[in-house]
Amino acid sequence: MAVEVRIPTILRQYTGGAKTVEGTGDTLAALIDDLETRHPGLRDRLVENGSLRRFVNVYVNDEDVRFLGAEKATLSDGDCVTVLPAVAGGAPAAR
Amino acid sequence: MLTIRRDLVDAIVEHARKDHPDEACGVIAGPAGSDRPERFIPMLNAARSPTFYEFDSMDLLRLYREMDDNDEEPVVIYHSHTATEAYPSRTDIAYANEPGAHYVLVSTRDDDTHEFRSFRIVDGEVTEEEVQVIDGE
Repeated sequence: MAVEVRIPTILRQYTGGAKTVEGTGDTLAALIDDLETRHPGLRDRLVENGSLRRFVNVYVNDEDVRFLGAEKATLSDGDCVTVLPAVAGGAPAAR
Repeated sequence: MLTIRRDLVDAIVEHARKDHPDEACGVIAGPAGSDRPERFIPMLNAARSPTFYEFDSMDLLRLYREMDDNDEEPVVIYHSHTATEAYPSRTDIAYANEPGAHYVLVSTRDDDTHEFRSFRIVDGEVTEEEVQVIDGE
């Protein structure tokens, strides 16, 4: 089962410049593991200690995966996954 | 160097003033590869905070889809600091993920004057750049 994954500019260094790549997996975590075998380094940018990084947004068919179980979100053949880094920041007093 | 139209500078400052004391944020999109900011897109600060900004995740998805469809990219990514100088904070640097963008910061800490500065943020390195304001639409 194949899933199309849209890769943001900042992460295309891991995909040889490709804007979309294909992967397989019945959960988001499995998909990321599969992508890592062909695009080493990518997983680390998406996942930290087994959880999706706070400032990386992942969407399955245009739904934020945070509402679909995050890295445990289930995937089906033909799904489209989009990765977008958050646009965020703040003043020095933040954190 | 950032070259930007005066009306776009005014639009950013106006947005920053309007949302003060919360941080305001947004994008100016332009044709991919042109380095020309053209389409002003104010965004909602989902954090609604005086010390933090974040685009709402669904707004972010729509924005990038739209830019993709129009063959645009985020030429300028702007936000305001409402009590401190217009210089990227550690947080700004940590979350800067568009090495091709001009990161514009506006400070609204003074009522009658504002700072308007532009930076490149690449791999955690901040470089300030000149801002050239041009007339005309």
